[in-house]
Amino acid sequence: MNLDFSTLAGAQDFLWQGFKYSLTLTVSSMVFGIFFGTLLAMARMSSIKPLSLAAAGYVNLFRSVPLVLVIFWFYILVPLLTGVDVGAERSAFLTFAIFEAAYYCEIIRAGIQSIPRGQIAAGQAMGFSYGQNMRYVILPQAFRNVVPLLLTQTIVLFQDTSLVYVVGATDLLGAADKVAHRDNTLVEMYMLVALIYFSISFALSQAVKRLHARIAIVR
Amino acid sequence: MIQINNVSKWYGEFQVLTDCTTEVKKGEVVVVCGPSGSGKSTLIKTVNALEPFQKGEILVEGVSVGDPKTNLPKLRSRVGMVFQHFELFPHLSITDNLIIAQMKVLGRGRDEAMDKGLKLLDRVGLKAHAHKFPGQLSGGQQQRVAIARALAMDPIVMLFDEPTSALDPEMVNEVLDVMVELAQEGMTMMCVTHEMGFARKVASRVIFMDRGQIVEDCSKDDFFGHLDARSERARQFLSKILQH
Repeated sequence: MNLDFSTLAGAQDFLWQGFKYSLTLTVSSMVFGIFFGTLLAMARMSSIKPLSLAAAGYVNLFRSVPLVLVIFWFYILVPLLTGVDVGAERSAFLTFAIFEAAYYCEIIRAGIQSIPRGQIAAGQAMGFSYGQNMRYVILPQAFRNVVPLLLTQTIVLFQDTSLVYVVGATDLLGAADKVAHRDNTLVEMYMLVALIYFSISFALSQAVKRLHARIAIVR
Repeated sequence: MIQINNVSKWYGEFQVLTDCTTEVKKGEVVVVCGPSGSGKSTLIKTVNALEPFQKGEILVEGVSVGDPKTNLPKLRSRVGMVFQHFELFPHLSITDNLIIAQMKVLGRGRDEAMDKGLKLLDRVGLKAHAHKFPGQLSGGQQQRVAIARALAMDPIVMLFDEPTSALDPEMVNEVLDVMVELAQEGMTMMCVTHEMGFARKVASRVIFMDRGQIVEDCSKDDFFGHLDARSERARQFLSKILQH
């Protein structure tokens, strides 16, 4: 088998664009997913029944359907509902934020549940309102307990962003795929993207491992 | 200061408090004792609504604790509480533990809160540890910080829920010393504790609870001085904990 990487130089910029899109999509889904996931987790644990049921329904729905399907749905649904064709790249931002929030929610919920009852009582006894107790006492500890899980989920998310290529978005895989078909370098391109995904994901997961040991709170 | 009138509480079918009635007047130190499971911790936690109750009424300076319209955070901010397991916030430094509620709940400025917090930290003898985190202190030290943290809110009353029972024996006294000093300064206190030495020294009244009921509620002198006039249950309990 002859590998031909000679076309790579010309495709560099296009691949770099795709890579940047993959990263942007990952980071924005993480930020929004964690933010919305935190609200969902609080809603799920709320004593207000309709709120907790709605949040549970949301989480269970998105955790029970394949991501690819959700990507298709939003790609087709968003233009149908809004009348605006936002394009594959932009619709994916919404899709991933909404989908990932369900996963982040469960991680954050586990984090909140790991906080001892006494801490919550202590915050209440100091006169904190529910919101203040969450913000100053519970969430900071909850997040610290689950940072490794949140980052691991983000690594999975980074890999999953490659699924947007099914709706024709030009992420790293999408860009590589287009170049591969144009230049007839399928093997070379798929090897290259595999290497990139692997290096980044593996390096991150090693970093998470080290972080894990460092951030544990001394009790 | 605190009036507890006919308070009853159930966990499902199980009744944990039965018609508890007592009061704590301004400047009084009331010690609550009794065997484990007698409801003493539950009773003290109903006072600042950490535990809800189903029947009766509790008034803290005339404010009804059980009333759904009561602003609980505000009421709690005026009632200091010290827990069995200290419950300092482990992610915050000692200084931040001391100032956060002063700033966020009472709206004090950082300088004022810091000033107050450090003064109290000095008072419990731990000024040198201000920059540390709770996990770096011993149990006794953590409990003294917890007392300072509660005092920083200028409470009208202090509640102590078995403040020494999670401590190693050699650390009990450093915490009791702080509590005795506080009592002698005239702080209104309600203390769930088995430390009968503490009760003898500073208590105005002693409450003895058993199976969710207040069995004895009398002056310290009556409680310790006239044992023959006490109930069978109280005598048994006292003989057990005073034996050694």
